[in-house]
Amino acid sequence: MTLALETTDLKVQLQLADGWFTVCDLSTLVPGRGIAALLPDGRQVAVFRDRSDRLFAVDNIDPFTGAAVLSRGLTGSHLGRPFVASPLLKQRFDLADGQCLDDASVRVAVYEVRAR
Amino acid sequence: MTATPGATPTIVLVGHGMVGQRFLEALAERGLTATHRVVVLGEEPRPAYDRVQLTSYFSGRTPEDLSLTDRGFIEDHGIELRVGDPAETIDREARRVTARSGLVVDYDVLVLATGSYPFVPPVPNKDAAGCFVYRTIEDLLAIEEYAKNASTGAVVGGGLLGLEAAGALKGLGLNAHIVEFAPRLMPVQVDEGGGAALLRTIEEMGLSVHTGVGTQEVVTDASGAVTGMKLSDGSELATDLVVFSAGVRPRDQLARDCGLTVGERGGIAVDEQCRTVTDPRVFAIGECALAADGRVYGLVAPGYEQAETAAATIAADEASFTGADLSTKLKLLGVDVASFGDAHGTAADCLDVVYSDSRAGLYKKLVIGADGTLLGGILVGDAEAYGTLRALTGSVPPVSPESLVLPAGAGAGAALGPSALPDDAVICSCHNVSKGTIRGAVTEHSCTTVPEVKKCTRAGTGCGSCVKVLGQLVTAELEASGVEVDKGLCGCFAQTREELYEIVRALRLTSYRELLDRHGREGARGGDGCEVCKPAVGSIIASLAPAIGASGYVLDGEQAALQDTNDHFLANLQKNGSYSVVPRIPGGEIAPEKLIVIGEIARDFGLYTKITGGQRIDMFGARVEQLPLIWARLVDAGFESGHAYGKSLRTVKSCVGQTWCRYGVQDSVRMAIDLELRYRGLRSPHKLKSAVSGCQRECAEAQSKDFGVIATANGWNLYVGGNGGATPRHADLLAQDLSDAELVRLIDRFLMFYIRTADRLERTSTWLERIPGGLEHVRDVVVHDSLGICDELEKLMRAHVAHYRDEWAETVNDPGKLARFVSFVNAPDTPDPVVSFVPERDQIKPDLPLLAIGLRPADDVLEGSAQR
Ligand code: SRM
Ligand SMILES: Cc1cc2nc3c(=O)[nH]c(=O)nc-3n(C[C@H](O)[C@H](O)[C@H](O)COP(=O)(O)OP(=O)(O)OC[C@H]3O[C@@H](n4cnc5c(N)ncnc54)[C@H](O)[C@@H]3O)c2cc1C
Ligand code: SF4
Ligand code: FES
Repeated sequence: MTLALETTDLKVQLQLADGWFTVCDLSTLVPGRGIAALLPDGRQVAVFRDRSDRLFAVDNIDPFTGAAVLSRGLTGSHLGRPFVASPLLKQRFDLADGQCLDDASVRVAVYEVRAR
Repeated sequence: MTATPGATPTIVLVGHGMVGQRFLEALAERGLTATHRVVVLGEEPRPAYDRVQLTSYFSGRTPEDLSLTDRGFIEDHGIELRVGDPAETIDREARRVTARSGLVVDYDVLVLATGSYPFVPPVPNKDAAGCFVYRTIEDLLAIEEYAKNASTGAVVGGGLLGLEAAGALKGLGLNAHIVEFAPRLMPVQVDEGGGAALLRTIEEMGLSVHTGVGTQEVVTDASGAVTGMKLSDGSELATDLVVFSAGVRPRDQLARDCGLTVGERGGIAVDEQCRTVTDPRVFAIGECALAADGRVYGLVAPGYEQAETAAATIAADEASFTGADLSTKLKLLGVDVASFGDAHGTAADCLDVVYSDSRAGLYKKLVIGADGTLLGGILVGDAEAYGTLRALTGSVPPVSPESLVLPAGAGAGAALGPSALPDDAVICSCHNVSKGTIRGAVTEHSCTTVPEVKKCTRAGTGCGSCVKVLGQLVTAELEASGVEVDKGLCGCFAQTREELYEIVRALRLTSYRELLDRHGREGARGGDGCEVCKPAVGSIIASLAPAIGASGYVLDGEQAALQDTNDHFLANLQKNGSYSVVPRIPGGEIAPEKLIVIGEIARDFGLYTKITGGQRIDMFGARVEQLPLIWARLVDAGFESGHAYGKSLRTVKSCVGQTWCRYGVQDSVRMAIDLELRYRGLRSPHKLKSAVSGCQRECAEAQSKDFGVIATANGWNLYVGGNGGATPRHADLLAQDLSDAELVRLIDRFLMFYIRTADRLERTSTWLERIPGGLEHVRDVVVHDSLGICDELEKLMRAHVAHYRDEWAETVNDPGKLARFVSFVNAPDTPDPVVSFVPERDQIKPDLPLLAIGLRPADDVLEGSAQR
């Protein structure tokens, strides 16, 4: 997670084991809405941007249903913590640390993400 | 067969009507059912039911809905109930009752609750085929059957019941006439001025009224069936059916036969304990009794009080019945008529305060005693204040009487809330419940909702006319006792959805962010909102789009981020991450060519197809990136979005109707298509469903819809607030015999009023039950324009209709938007590998992924989540 200035030619990048991986232009990310990206190893990541242009990335697979849909959930913030609600059964996940807010035993992977 | 009394004393009740049932409940409450054998002989083929609400049978209540008792109550208290077995003789010497079946029961106490019979004037041919009375469920069934082959019906008697009966005939599609001997309608309840206002309103509803004439003869044809009536002014009225509603007489024959004293004009004479004056072992209660004050009461509330009195006397408690209030309110027809207390001003030195506007059909009169006490009154055209005024009767009102009758907005008009009432004011006169008791239900019995208070106190469960005041009292009491009810929409907004709607409308706010930052809760301002308020506000902005200057396209700008997932993709997300596509098929009518197109598309994209419960076709299993391709082909073939994903109009189902069906009386398919096209795309608090049936047989199930339409011989009946789903509800009749234009106008107003005032995810059914005043209030607002907002509601709907555009077409034509419909932003051509299918019954089904957390122990499973 990092703060980014809004200019159109910035790229959204994810930190992978072997360095930064470019996903898309920052301008394709609508604040409050996610997109999905495919990683070279076949994993899927859901990337989000909030209204203050903070970026977040979590695993795209909804652990409760197995469907790759978290990027399509509605986002929000609760007491300053950003979250996404799964579009299927509506469990919420903290975007910063991947913790499921409705079930303490469930967590999704998070990725470091930046715009540059 | 003889039943021998055992060691336990026996109470025999003759008549299982409304009062009889109440008497049984009073016995049970006092523990008398445990110490006594209780035998009930009922004449009707069914246990007691709500006769007061009898007419609601024609607006969809079934005989079962009307029942006042259940097997549980009867069995739990060991009551021996025999229906369809009337008492035939009473031997008071031997203390023995014999029933028609031959059953003989010996009694220690006998209670007569035989009610009344409808009086039929002794005119020639009064028993001809086509002549009816209006008292029992069996009467209604017979009328309904006969009306199928009739086109005109006449009611003899223009009293409260006569008007109800006439309304019912109209509802059955007949041309209804009312013949009243007195010079005005409802002569017992209203005076001349009230009668004039009432006449105007009734005639406007399309009923023909003949006052000041008597019925002299029923005219029949060769087969003996009714063809008309000869009236006392020499004229003849052609009619196929006659309902006599010319008053009731106490059923006291059984009492006469066994030598009990009856009044000169009928009624079994009883004392203040409801004991017959002749025999201390015999009681009489309800409409068959001549009370100690010399009156026979034809209303249910006094009967209930008598039932309590008799039960208390039998239990050796002190109780007496010395007289009762005769307040009444007309329940049907959409006419407001109420009278209460000393309505005709019979007390010495009393004065009338009258407001009358016969053009508007308004008449309000209060009778004020010499010392300023409110003695009674009559309200016609606007009975809004009935609940409060009735309860104030007998006290000096806290504001001037003039201000109580002037319409709101006419200067001095004062709306007197129920907070002005003293604690002993009777709020519910059907069950004699005081304001103090209702407050106690909230403060001592921790009731927090109207339904709970109803259950706890019984208030509001009779004629229903006090429910409005009841709601106001409950809210006031909750607030007074400091119950902090946070009515806010969510953690981000302290306002209700209704309040947010008003803010957005008044300030013409088109941005969610602005709304949140300016009107959100302190801690939520500047934040990202949440999954509750975002779609709710998105829907409000969409509903109001043309009026506030927002884009009507839900994927435009910031609006896109507010939409629920399904709205965002204009399709329905399925469990494996694929989507379903539902094109609109208005009214369920589809030409073969279009059916073929759907078949071809489904085949070409390998989609699973199914006919939905909403009379259209769903195609499942589309990947995100296939959606625009599928829409493009559908749009080409003339299809558009069916909004199966939206909180918006879903379907208007139809039956085949007049065009083909031998019973149909209107073109239900055309109307369904018109309505579906008019309201398509309208964003609302929850989904909206509708249906149109071509006749009373109701093959389209319109009464289970948010707004349902049923054809009549004269037009359309409009029902509202129906629901299927988890808590089904039959819709309520809002208005009858509407023309096409009237129907559309009322639906426009109804929907816009609902959109304006409902909570988030509140279907019309729950909304109708929740809002103060319920159906009557809604009718006042949308039919009688009591708030003066109908012009605006209609304008909003016109704007919606004018600005409607198909979201699919708009999206396929916008390359910027199309870029979103990919599985991966960085690999637009790669399909999501998680979405896969396996064959099933010649089609496909999702091949579900294995779940890591599916292996958790079973008791740890999250509620609502699927385990595989
Ligand atoms: C497809 C369909 C079932 C079918 O195969 O026939 C269906 C499917 C769904 N229904 Fe339904 N309902 C369908 C007809 C009905 C009907 C019958 C009708 O409309 O006549 C009802 C009862 C009538 C009613 O709504 O009053 C119905 C009562 C519900 C309810 C309960 C609503 C309630 O007020 O209790 C829900 C849940 C909700 O909306 O909160 C629901 C929700 C759903 C959802 C949207 C659940 C979801 O969120 O995934 C389903 C997804 C639809 C999809 O993926 O396309 N569906 N659903 C029907 C689509 C009709 C159409 O053409 O649009
Ligand atoms: C259409 C309609 C609308 C009404 N609206 C209102 C209203 O808005 N407000 C209001 O206060 N009142 C209203 N009333 C009046 C109200 O229904 C009566 O006051 C109430 O039902 C009286 O109760 P009851 O038990 O005395 O008589 P009933 O309810 O008539 O019950 C008497 C029962 O005794 C049975 N019976 C008779 N003889 C025998 C026998 N020998 N053996 C066994 N059983 C016998 C009868 O079949 C009947 O079932 C309305 C009535 C009608 C018909
Ligand atoms: S509702 Fe009436 S008109 Fe429509 S199909 Fe059924 S019977 Fe025919
Ligand atoms: S006054 Fe009739 S239900 Fe309360």
